[in-house]
Amino acid sequence: MTVTAVRKDPAALTMTLTAEFDATPERVWQLWADPRQLERWWGPPGYPATFTKHNLAPGSHVEYYMTTPEGETPRGYWDIVEAEPPRYLNIQDGFANEDGSPNTEMPTNEFRVTIEEVGAGRTRMSIVNTFPSTEAMELSLRDPDGYYVTLSAYSPHGLRA
Amino acid sequence: MQIAPPDFDRMFGALADATRRDIVRRAIDAEEGIVELAGHYPMSFAAVQKHVAILERAGLVTKERVGRRKVVRARLEGLRVARGLLDRYEELWRGRIGRMTELVAADTKETDR
Repeated sequence: MTVTAVRKDPAALTMTLTAEFDATPERVWQLWADPRQLERWWGPPGYPATFTKHNLAPGSHVEYYMTTPEGETPRGYWDIVEAEPPRYLNIQDGFANEDGSPNTEMPTNEFRVTIEEVGAGRTRMSIVNTFPSTEAMELSLRDPDGYYVTLSAYSPHGLRA
Repeated sequence: MQIAPPDFDRMFGALADATRRDIVRRAIDAEEGIVELAGHYPMSFAAVQKHVAILERAGLVTKERVGRRKVVRARLEGLRVARGLLDRYEELWRGRIGRMTELVAADTKETDR
């Protein structure tokens, strides 16, 4: 496991995760910049992602959908707020309607990705995930990324029946 | 002891505001009353009082008597829910990092061949 640190601040609704790779920053950037590679890691097992529109230039709009085991295809989008290849990305991740347009009734969540060389062909990537509310956090865990799996984990606490 | 199930809609609404999130964070130490808390924000005492009341109704903080003072204390059960959600998110990202690592490792293998 290459995850080197995880910090969670429940009151600020923020999670920071740091990982290291045996690769150059350019190689790590490629994992985000090449949609075919992105598709191989974004969705959890059983919920593959397909990126139908992809461009990491600042101001771009990225579109994707997930395929659930039931064959449903919930859609999502990214707004690229900032991008500085191969070092920095600021993405707003949200829900999309059938036609790919942003579903403005649903909350978005923000993640900031920092990629830096730590010497000897190693690269550190940190992800800072910030949610506008616990509701946004819960929703983004369920849909469109298709994490229906997580629902059962909450039912004992009464979050969802 | 029976604890009533928290009202999640209220809790979500309460945490949707940045000032209230900050109040909760300070209330973890439970050292300040409303007067002290109000000193941290560019708003009236009444406005801070209102924020604390919303957090109280959402089950995220309680007012507690410490000696002669009343301090605002975070209710950890409420925060635990947010914490549980962050744990799920950690799991999700750990899975992603694992798959990223495999992808990067796969091209090293190709170069070796």
